[in-house]
Amino acid sequence: MTLPLQDPLLSAEGEGQPSHRTGFFRTVLRERKSAVVGLSIIVFFVVLSIIAPYISPHSVTQPSCAVYAPPSSEHWLGCDDGGIDMLSLIMQGGRISLIVGFAATLVAMIIGGGVGLLSGYFGGAVDVSLMRVTDYLLVIPDLVLMMVIADLWGASLFHVIIVIGILEWTSTARVIRAQVMSVRERVYVKRARGMGAGNTRILSRHILPQVGPLLIANTVLTVAIAIYLETALAFLGLEDPSVTTWGTILEHAFERTAIAAGAWWAIVPVGFAIAAVIVGCFLLGQAVEDALNPRLRVAHLALRPWRMRPLVGRGPGAI
Amino acid sequence: MRSTDYVLKRGFFALVTIFVALTINFFLFRVLPGTAVTNIARVPHGSPQLQHALTVEFGLDKPKWQQYLIYLKNLLHGNMGVSFTYQQPVSHLLIQDLKNTIPMVTVGTLAAIVIGVITGVLSAWRRGSVPDHVSTNAAIFFYAFPTQWLGLMLLIIFAGTLPAGGMQNPFVFGTEPFLQHLTDIGQHMILPAATLTLTAYGSYTLIVRSSMLETMGEDYVLTARAKGLPPRRVIRRHAFRNAMLPLLTLVALDLGFIVGGAVLIEVIFSWPGIGLAMYQAIGQRDYPMLQGGFLILTVAVIFLNFVADLLYFRLDPRISE
Repeated sequence: MTLPLQDPLLSAEGEGQPSHRTGFFRTVLRERKSAVVGLSIIVFFVVLSIIAPYISPHSVTQPSCAVYAPPSSEHWLGCDDGGIDMLSLIMQGGRISLIVGFAATLVAMIIGGGVGLLSGYFGGAVDVSLMRVTDYLLVIPDLVLMMVIADLWGASLFHVIIVIGILEWTSTARVIRAQVMSVRERVYVKRARGMGAGNTRILSRHILPQVGPLLIANTVLTVAIAIYLETALAFLGLEDPSVTTWGTILEHAFERTAIAAGAWWAIVPVGFAIAAVIVGCFLLGQAVEDALNPRLRVAHLALRPWRMRPLVGRGPGAI
Repeated sequence: MRSTDYVLKRGFFALVTIFVALTINFFLFRVLPGTAVTNIARVPHGSPQLQHALTVEFGLDKPKWQQYLIYLKNLLHGNMGVSFTYQQPVSHLLIQDLKNTIPMVTVGTLAAIVIGVITGVLSAWRRGSVPDHVSTNAAIFFYAFPTQWLGLMLLIIFAGTLPAGGMQNPFVFGTEPFLQHLTDIGQHMILPAATLTLTAYGSYTLIVRSSMLETMGEDYVLTARAKGLPPRRVIRRHAFRNAMLPLLTLVALDLGFIVGGAVLIEVIFSWPGIGLAMYQAIGQRDYPMLQGGFLILTVAVIFLNFVADLLYFRLDPRISE
C-alpha cells in the first residue's frame, strides 16, 4: 500500500481490510490514557443515573431534614431549601441532564451529519446552499437565540432538547463535510461508482463507515456542549419547572438565596458533577479526534493534549 | 484591488447574516400557536370586536409578506416596538442597557485574552514543566465549569469584600466627583468581568499553547535559532506573531459564547445590561424586549466578526491568495 496514511482506519488496522469500527476504538482506548479516563467518567455517570432511583439515600420529593441543613453523616451533601437531600437530588438530576444532553446531541448529529454528508458528497449548488446556512447559524449567538425560541415555545423538556439540537449541529456539519470531500475522491469510491453503485449505496456503504468515527468523536464533544447549554437555559428559567436537572438545581440555589444562607453545599457539588461529565466528554472526544487526525501524530503537534471546540477555519475546504 | 474585493465579500456576508437574523426573528414571532392578538397583546379572552380592532391596528390582517416589509421598514427606522412592561420604546431601553453591557464584556474579554496569551506562551515555551501542567490543567478546569457556577463561586467567596450586585452604589446620587463615580462602577465591575475572564480564558490558553508549539516546529523558527538569535527574541519576534492568528479566529468564533456567558453573568450580578433585560423579559413575557435584545446582540456579534475578518486580513495577507 503506497497510499499516504491519511486513512485512520487503515492505519489503525494495517492492511486495508474492510474496517471494523470496534477495532479502531479498541486501539484508541489502548493507546490513549485520556480516552480511558473520559470513557470511565461517562460510563460512571450513565450507570449512576440509571440506578439512581434505587440507590438514592433519600427521597427527592419528601423533605428529610431541615432547610439548608449543612452536610452531616446522614446527609453527605446537606439539604436544599425544601429540606431535600442534595446527594439524592444530584443523582437524580443527572438523569434528566444526561437525557437532555444525549437526546439533543442525537438531533444535532442527525442534522449535522446529514448536512455534512450531502454537502461534501454532492458539492456544487447543494454544498453552497447548505454551507451558507451553516455559516449564518455559526455566527448567530446560540444561547441568545435559544433563549428567544425556548421562551416563545414555552418551558418544557422537549423544547429544550429540540432547541439545543437544531442549533448545535453547525461545527459537526463542517467537520464531516471536509472529511467526506476527501473520502469521496479516494480510489475505492471511484471504483465502486465505476461498478455502477448508486449514490445511496456509496454514501451508506462506503462513505458513512469512513466518517463514522469522526461523527462519534463529534457526538461526544457535542454532548458536553449540550449539557452546558441545558444548565444555562435552566438557569435562565427556561427549563420545565417540574423536572429536576443539574441546571435547575443551580437555578433553585441561586433563586432561593442559598448564597445569603451560606449554603455552599447547594451549589458546589452539582458544579463538580457537571464539570466532570464535560471533562469526560472532551477527553474521550478529543482522543478519538486526535487519533483520526494523522497531522497530530507529528511529534510537536501530538504534544497538545487538549483542544477546545473544533476550530472552524475560513475559506473553502477549511475545517 | 484584491483587498477591496475581500472587504466587500466579507461585508456582504455580514449584511446577509444580519438579514437572516432579522428574518428568523420575524418568523419566530409569527409561528407561535394562536395569533399575535391572543398571545402577544395579552388579551386572551377579548371580545371578537376587540380582537378584530387590535388585529387591524397591528396590521395583522395584511398578508405575511406585507407584514414582513413593514417590519423591515420599522427596523430601518430603529423601531423595535414598545415594551409591554415599561411602556417605552424597546430601542431606547436597550441602547441604555447596551451602554452598560459593553464596558463589562470588553474588560472581561480583554483580560481573558491577555491572561490566555501569557499563560499559553509560557506553557508552550516551558512545555512539560510543572508550570505548564499547572496552567494547562487550570485552563481545563475553568473551561469545564458552567459560567453561572463560576459566577456563584465568586459571589460566595467575595460577597463581603466586593460589591456583589448592580452597577453602582444605590446610595450615591450622582453628585459626587466623576472619579469617585468611576471607581464605584469599577469596583462593581470586578466580579462580573472576572467571571467572564475565568470562563473564557481557558480555551485561549490552550489554543495559544498548541499554536505556539506548532509554530515553534516550523523551519523558519529553526533557522532563526540556528542563526544564534536569543530564545526570547525567537519566541517574540518569530514564533509569537504567527501563532496569534488562530487565537483571532477562536476569539471571533467565541463571541457568541461570550455574549451568552454575559447574559448569565448579568443575571447573577444584577448588572443592568442587555442580558439582564432579556432575563427579566422572559419572566414578564415581554416579547418585544426579548426580540430586541436578541437582535441587538446578534448584530453586535456579526459586526465584531466582520471586524475580526478585516483584522485577520490585515495580519495575514496570505488568505487573499
